[in-house]
Amino acid sequence: MSDEQETIEQFTKSEYKWGFTTDLDTDFAPKGLDEDTVRFISAKKNEPEFLLEWRLKAFRHWLTLKEPTWPNVKYAAIDYQDAYYYAAPKEKKELLSMDEVDPDIRATFDKLGISLEEQKRLSGVAVDAVMDSVSVATTFKDELSKQGIIFCSFSEAVQEHPALIKKYLGSVVPYTDNFFATLNSAVFSDGSFCYVPKGVRCPMELSTYFRINAANTGQFERTLIVADEGATVSYLEGCTAPMRDENQLHAAVVEIVSHKGADVKYSTVQNWYPGDENGKGGIFNFVTKRGICHEKAKISWTQVETGSAITWKYPSVILRGDDSVGEFYSVALTNNHQQADTGTKMIHLGKNTRSTIISKGISAGKSNNSYRGLVRVASKADSARNFSQCDSLLIGDRCGAHTFPYLEVSNKSARIEHEATTTKIGEDQIFYCNQRGIDTENAIGLIVNGYCKEVFRELPMEFAVEAQKLLAISLEGSVG
Amino acid sequence: MANESVFEECKQWYLSRFQAFEDSLNGGAELPFHTTRKQAISRFSELGLPTPGNEEWKYTNVAPIFEQKYEVAAQSEADTDVDIGPFTFGDLSRNRMVFLNGTYSKELSSFSSEGQGLLIGNLSELLENDKVRAHLGRYANFTDEPFTAINTAFANEGTVVYVPSGLTVKEPLHILHLSDGSSAPFATNPRNLFVVEDGGQVSVLESYHQLAGGSYFNNAVAEIFVGKNARVEHTKIQQEALDAYHIATFNVHQERESHFASVNIDLGGRLVRNNLNVMLNGEHCETHLLGFYVGSGVQHIDNHTFIDHAKPHCFSNELYKGILDDHAQGVFNGKILVRQDAQKTNALQSNKTLLLTDDAAINAKPQLEIFADDVKCTHGATIGQLDDEALFYLRCRGIGKDMAEAMLRHAFVADVLEGIKDGALRETIDAKIIDRFTS
Repeated sequence: MSDEQETIEQFTKSEYKWGFTTDLDTDFAPKGLDEDTVRFISAKKNEPEFLLEWRLKAFRHWLTLKEPTWPNVKYAAIDYQDAYYYAAPKEKKELLSMDEVDPDIRATFDKLGISLEEQKRLSGVAVDAVMDSVSVATTFKDELSKQGIIFCSFSEAVQEHPALIKKYLGSVVPYTDNFFATLNSAVFSDGSFCYVPKGVRCPMELSTYFRINAANTGQFERTLIVADEGATVSYLEGCTAPMRDENQLHAAVVEIVSHKGADVKYSTVQNWYPGDENGKGGIFNFVTKRGICHEKAKISWTQVETGSAITWKYPSVILRGDDSVGEFYSVALTNNHQQADTGTKMIHLGKNTRSTIISKGISAGKSNNSYRGLVRVASKADSARNFSQCDSLLIGDRCGAHTFPYLEVSNKSARIEHEATTTKIGEDQIFYCNQRGIDTENAIGLIVNGYCKEVFRELPMEFAVEAQKLLAISLEGSVG
Repeated sequence: MANESVFEECKQWYLSRFQAFEDSLNGGAELPFHTTRKQAISRFSELGLPTPGNEEWKYTNVAPIFEQKYEVAAQSEADTDVDIGPFTFGDLSRNRMVFLNGTYSKELSSFSSEGQGLLIGNLSELLENDKVRAHLGRYANFTDEPFTAINTAFANEGTVVYVPSGLTVKEPLHILHLSDGSSAPFATNPRNLFVVEDGGQVSVLESYHQLAGGSYFNNAVAEIFVGKNARVEHTKIQQEALDAYHIATFNVHQERESHFASVNIDLGGRLVRNNLNVMLNGEHCETHLLGFYVGSGVQHIDNHTFIDHAKPHCFSNELYKGILDDHAQGVFNGKILVRQDAQKTNALQSNKTLLLTDDAAINAKPQLEIFADDVKCTHGATIGQLDDEALFYLRCRGIGKDMAEAMLRHAFVADVLEGIKDGALRETIDAKIIDRFTS
């Protein structure tokens, strides 16, 4: 590089710096996405140098990528320049009482059986001092920190535990991974961070219910969970209550590191706004979730996906260590014009690795539901074992159910079994229920819940109960 | 990048060969079918060869096929000294069409079947026939498939069978392809057309063998029309040289209440790709697709099947099995599409693979795309090895390890072979498979 060029570069760089200081006073990054936006986000969050560098590397890589077109979903092109990538968390307008809440949402709350206090919190009603969620959360936080567990928002972790972030960020989902993960790496807003030290069993389910700092995390959420040797943790994401959100594109990244002998369970219930009956609006949920298992470790993904206009995610497990275990349990329900292309990847690298995949897809209305899964057994992965079952249930004759399983095996001692079925609800089953005084709508709810039982069983107790009710609500109106 | 130059070179080679081919046709270039050939070659020049970026060719790289130069098989009179004895299937081969390096040999062929309106012959002689013209090129899609486009462009040699309404062809027809690449590598494009009108019945055995090894490339396309209530049994056995390349595309079109059964056996070839596309265009159709392959050395065997359930009340059953040894690679892609109108569809699919070494690999992709609700569709895929307990059981009874393994492999093939209705044919093929196991 010539001297002249260097001077020019320095000059332009210094100009940017000036730009930031003035910008720092505003709450919004200007619309659009360029390096300035990335620097702005990083500066706003007061991030250390390494993180800014990482974000910039991701952004530069993102510019070279093209949006993937292979999934079995259709949507109008996204204009990445026509969006805000940073907005300071806004204070929600507090409502004075439950009477001010949208009656539709209240009705859903009642059906889900969410407690009144919880309802208030979810809809942004001021809560009284006794049930203050902040204080509840603080109590839990104290209990966790006694055991050495770190559970906080991602921004907080960057400030307080930069060494851990530096070590693990991008170690499972590198910034070069895919279009949306790369975008997330460049502009991620916030998320959660969890670290469980050696040999510690986390005494409670870590759930977004108790999470306060990560509220309003925006559309590019980043979650990092690290379970050190022999640790056990169960993490719940999302909630069954319907979430309204103005951001259409959600590109989250979840990374899990499960060290030797550790056990991580990650449960998701996703019920974002799916758009109206005609398929207008709704969230695009494009998520990259991946975990890595070291020796004798285990990662288990459980998901119940009922919301979003488009769901596109493949929670995956890299079974790197010997004797490690990966599990994937999924219920994906689509109604009206929803589209889902979801599944998992199980990459067997270590010896005696085992994986189980149970996927239940339900399509109703005019929706399309695809299972896409990969099971890969590397040539060194002796005695790998996989069992996959993906069932599809069709309700109505305008919907579609698809399966795209990929099995790539190059080890002779591998045992891989894959089975898939597609059926509709038997008329005889409905007739049987009708005879016993159960109307058709409830009968379908009953049968669908029975069909999904294998997955619900894996969910933490309180989630399981809500998920069952959620399924029935999502299916409402699908029986003509 | 290396691929790109190979592909470009190959494309240019095919385009230049097409010129030469046109010149060699004499008056043939005036026939109406030649327009289709021209369309196909121009489509091919747009398509080029499939790269692994193409989802249908994800696991099969075709570049090795074109790493050498081929000659178009000589048009000269076929060699009549060839002893076809070892390649016949006893009495089954009395009714036969023989092709040497892709060229029809009148001397070696013989016919015993008779029937009012029955037509069996070489494509080049029947291009002007109305019945052939009504079907030729209708079912094979050259707009998306490069190898079908190549084949269509060069289509001149191949078997045409026309079975009129209500006729049952009693004796099976054996189509015998013998290849000898020992003097120079060559490329052929056999094009078959089987038309079975309403209520007709025919059984066809298609076999590919090497005469003297060497390297060559057979790119075959067959179109099979199964009329209302008609019945077609198709058996294919492929024993090409281990340096040879083989791509075969079958496009089957079934009308109402028809029955189509296919058994597809692959024992040879360096790189083998079978595309079997079945369109169920009428109610109450029945389709059976069975397949078996053995791969060893550095063989690459790829089976792609596609069953299109376009109409209600159809039944399809698919079973593909494979055994992979040494560094062999297997690919199975079984796609079943059930369209919105195809209610009451019943589709079964099963794919089983045995891996005998850690260097062998299988990439399986059973795929269901379903748009109708009142259907029963299942697929299953397993990948594993010989059952240790069964092996132990046999060895307890004084059977040596090799023998016991051979017995279990043989048992593994059994349910595919059961699909071959003719007992004598089944036994001959069985013997060939046992030979292959022990070779």
